[in-house]
Amino acid sequence: MDTPLTQHIRPDREPLDLRSYEQAGGYQALRQALTLAPQAITRLVTEAGLRGMGGAGFPTGRKWSAVPMGPDAPRPKYLVVNADEMEPGTFKDRLLLEGDPHQMVEAIVVSAYAIQADVAYIFLRGEYVLAAQRLQRAIAEAYAGGYLGRDILHSGYHLELYLHISAGRYICGEASALLNALEGRRAIPRAKGVRTAVSGLWGRPTIVNNVETLCNVPHIVLHGAEWFKALGRGQAGGTKIYGVSGKVRRPGTWELPMGTPMREILEAHAGGLRDGLALRGVLPGGASTEFVLPEQLDVAMDFDSMATVGSRLGTGTMIVLDDQTCPVGLLANLEHFFARESCGWCTPCRDGLPWVQQTLAAIDAGRGAPEDLELLAMHTRFLGPGYTFCGLAPGAMEPLQSGLRHFREDFERHIRERRCPWGADHGDHLH
Amino acid sequence: MLSAEEREEIEAELQRYPDRQAVCIDALLIVQRHRGWVSDEAVRDIAEALAMSPAEVDAVATFYNRVFRRPVGRHVIFLCDSVSCWIMGYGRVRAQLAARLGIGFGETSADGRFTLLPAPCLGACDHAPAMMIDDTLHGDLDPERLDALLDRYS
Ligand code: SF4
Ligand code: FES
Repeated sequence: MDTPLTQHIRPDREPLDLRSYEQAGGYQALRQALTLAPQAITRLVTEAGLRGMGGAGFPTGRKWSAVPMGPDAPRPKYLVVNADEMEPGTFKDRLLLEGDPHQMVEAIVVSAYAIQADVAYIFLRGEYVLAAQRLQRAIAEAYAGGYLGRDILHSGYHLELYLHISAGRYICGEASALLNALEGRRAIPRAKGVRTAVSGLWGRPTIVNNVETLCNVPHIVLHGAEWFKALGRGQAGGTKIYGVSGKVRRPGTWELPMGTPMREILEAHAGGLRDGLALRGVLPGGASTEFVLPEQLDVAMDFDSMATVGSRLGTGTMIVLDDQTCPVGLLANLEHFFARESCGWCTPCRDGLPWVQQTLAAIDAGRGAPEDLELLAMHTRFLGPGYTFCGLAPGAMEPLQSGLRHFREDFERHIRERRCPWGADHGDHLH
Repeated sequence: MLSAEEREEIEAELQRYPDRQAVCIDALLIVQRHRGWVSDEAVRDIAEALAMSPAEVDAVATFYNRVFRRPVGRHVIFLCDSVSCWIMGYGRVRAQLAARLGIGFGETSADGRFTLLPAPCLGACDHAPAMMIDDTLHGDLDPERLDALLDRYS
């Protein structure tokens, strides 16, 4: 089985219901998990080297290890699933949530058991209506089947699982802002330094994990850490759901070995660029990653290899920039997004991002001045790591600073010719 | 005043959280589902039910883009304006919507049929450009077929 996460997913049919999921081997990982000590599961996940697939890549086992365990641990403890997929260009968790909701539920129960959580929430973005319906149904079936609630499968372990539908805003994807949203407040990030594993939701131990990350857990429990590691190519283990969007022949998502080269994903799976187009660059893992250039395509798409080309794996869903799309317009679009989605809490981000966006839009519309480029470059430093309260603004600067470097000539042409060389109808200059 | 139904649904949500304020966002969405939008009166009703001040509820209501603090049309179009859709021709779709319905972002058509709002990436980038009308996702939007699609909503 080389595609554990998507083995039951078929685009043309309804997801498996409880009966068929059980017949296909579902909830066996949970049965197995309940025979193990909770810490043994955390150890397995650590050994497997599972890392956060929401973009940050933090080792999952290490995160879990920080949760207070034993009879004296504060209660209740919480597990929160970050199903707030909103990173522009990212559409992988939707596949898992819509395609195999019982896998999600099983993953939650197994992972919650590992940290001995009492309550779990799925924080789902409001636009994922189909996922909400399917999850709701799977949760109800799982309660009826004895996989949730009191005394799960007569193990003495209890877990309540609730679906929370979000009311919007990208910043909710930031784990601490998400907790504020769950508590019914404005989704403003919390001060760093307080570890949510110790003091999270309502001041209780809380773990927040991404959908794809958690979906790996039952498979690791069932087949072991060595099996998981062997799934990947090279150093990195497991599989990854990669995606490609933009002007390629077959945009889509594929579960492939972690560390599959970018070129293979782009060419063999996405079919390469459409006729007559040439590649300018790729944002490898959503809007907050740096451009990878055509000559770097042989890089393996895993956490460590992506760092060697100065970028990040991020969410692993690539956005393709072709030669008939204006890079300045694209960056203006990205920064418009970040400016709008800033939570407004800290000044550099709240005031700096709109300024950056307006400067880019002016250049794109042929109203730029030569000194704008230095000013933009300066902002990429002052909105970078260390100057803002959370990672939104630094993330927003990643594509910009690499774009300023790689597409400098395009910026200069806009300023010199006082117009967009791609003409007015690329995106109609609407950002 | 909250209707009996609204009150019942809010009470059901209260079971899922350890304190009343946590239900604030759910309560806003519940009231919006029943009344179409969240008026000042609705803010006061929710505040009363959750033992919060109206200002606290409004601070939450105005933060989240899926809570409508002004009346909306019979259908709400959430048009994705993020990067993959932008690459794939979001601008043409937006221009077409503007021409056909006479509205830009944040506006409601004169016949009260549609409100147009921008949406961050809808997670449908492989079917860009994409939009949602109410609860339904529409991808691979083509300006030529847009009129026929809109005609399905009365
Ligand atoms: S960096 Fe931006 S999003 Fe993050 S806390 Fe500051 S204002 Fe909010
Ligand atoms: S960018 Fe429009 S759906 Fe992702």
